[in-house]
Amino acid sequence: MAAREIRSEEITAAVKRLFLEANTSLGDDVRRAVEAALPLETSPLGRHALEMILENDDVAKGCFLPLCQDTGLAIVFAEVGQDVRLVGAPFRDAVEEGVRQAYRDGHFRPSVCHPLTRENTKDNTPAVVHVEIVPGDRVRLAAMAKGGGSENAGSVTMMLPTAGLKGVKDHVVDVVRRAGPNPCPPVTVGVGIGGAVEEAALMAKKALLRPVGSVNPDPSLAALEGELLAEINALGIGPQGFGGRTTCLAVFLAVKPCHIASLPVAVCIQCHAARHREVVL
Amino acid sequence: MRPVIEIATPLTAAACRSLRAGDRVSLSGDVITARDTAHRLLCEALARGEGLPFPAEGAVIFYAGPCPAPPGFIIGAVGPTTSYRMDPFTVPLLKAGVRGMIGKGKRSAAVREAIKEHSAVYLAALGGIAALLSRCVTQNEILAYPDLGPEAVRRLTVRNLPLVVVNDPWGNDLYEQVLSR
Repeated sequence: MAAREIRSEEITAAVKRLFLEANTSLGDDVRRAVEAALPLETSPLGRHALEMILENDDVAKGCFLPLCQDTGLAIVFAEVGQDVRLVGAPFRDAVEEGVRQAYRDGHFRPSVCHPLTRENTKDNTPAVVHVEIVPGDRVRLAAMAKGGGSENAGSVTMMLPTAGLKGVKDHVVDVVRRAGPNPCPPVTVGVGIGGAVEEAALMAKKALLRPVGSVNPDPSLAALEGELLAEINALGIGPQGFGGRTTCLAVFLAVKPCHIASLPVAVCIQCHAARHREVVL
Repeated sequence: MRPVIEIATPLTAAACRSLRAGDRVSLSGDVITARDTAHRLLCEALARGEGLPFPAEGAVIFYAGPCPAPPGFIIGAVGPTTSYRMDPFTVPLLKAGVRGMIGKGKRSAAVREAIKEHSAVYLAALGGIAALLSRCVTQNEILAYPDLGPEAVRRLTVRNLPLVVVNDPWGNDLYEQVLSR
């Protein structure tokens, strides 16, 4: 069977479009969740914050302005079918070019710098690119513009293997409690349990691609997600930390076996703007 | 919830003392943008005995790095960054005359104490509503450190910037109050 060809220009165009869209409008899932939370929010300042979030989405769409001035570190998850032949520029270059064009043409803030000198790279590259080889002849691209405020609230912890389910749950809730208003609640929370130190973090981050309102196909994890969501929303942090019951819109869990000596747990927090989009080529 | 309170810059001690944690505020006048590296540079200038690149008395610092202005716009999206990163640099600025900070998120005990001591105020702008907030900006000018790009120090003239009082000069903290309720 001949491999299906996908040109690098298609990758670049797709990445560009995904970042332009993600940065300038709320996802339908988030918009619906905020609208649903509004009448249930008991805190007047919390309701005020939720109303402003919706109004901001309208203005951003209308004026093609970014939802947030922090247009994020560009993160791309690519699932490349093993029957695909990528032609043209190297894959990573094609992705970087899409990021570069989106941030230039969208008038997005270049938010990437050298970690030590703090010198800005000026075009928001390099992106963080994760590639997975999967069956089939398609390429799935997911683009996430990840803000620094919410990213700084994340954590990777090597827990004691004996900590158990309760230990893990308490830890996740505690990470969100300590973050408080800093990551711009209402947040979504991705949790990676198991694997190894880097895989837990990757699972937690990738879990944030799930739509708010989606149900985990594993019934026991679905139940656990519901319990964590309820515990987090009982903290009282509320929208923007102004108090109330809308602290978290969704918890997404990903679990994988790990070493008998280890229990890696990563918690990745996403702000209410939750900017991500995906496409299948 | 009290009605929205209108305040203007430069901020006076009396204006700050009239505010309470949880009040909604509408701020008009000039604010100075500065974030991480700019704070370090401003404090280094103060330590050398030099002045600040803006009138310090009653100044309000906005922890913000705006997006570039699209053609025909005064400014791109603009909103607050998380404030705790500026905590180590905030007390010297308050001592120099700064009276207000706009950001988001919790402050250190030392900053909260200094807010009391200097009759200042810490105000939250809502995070993630930067398209909306950009419409409050009527003028935008770089004052210092242009090489910092989006982190340069700017003077923004704002009209009716919507804010919420987090730390008032009476020692109240909105984020703590809502948790203990």
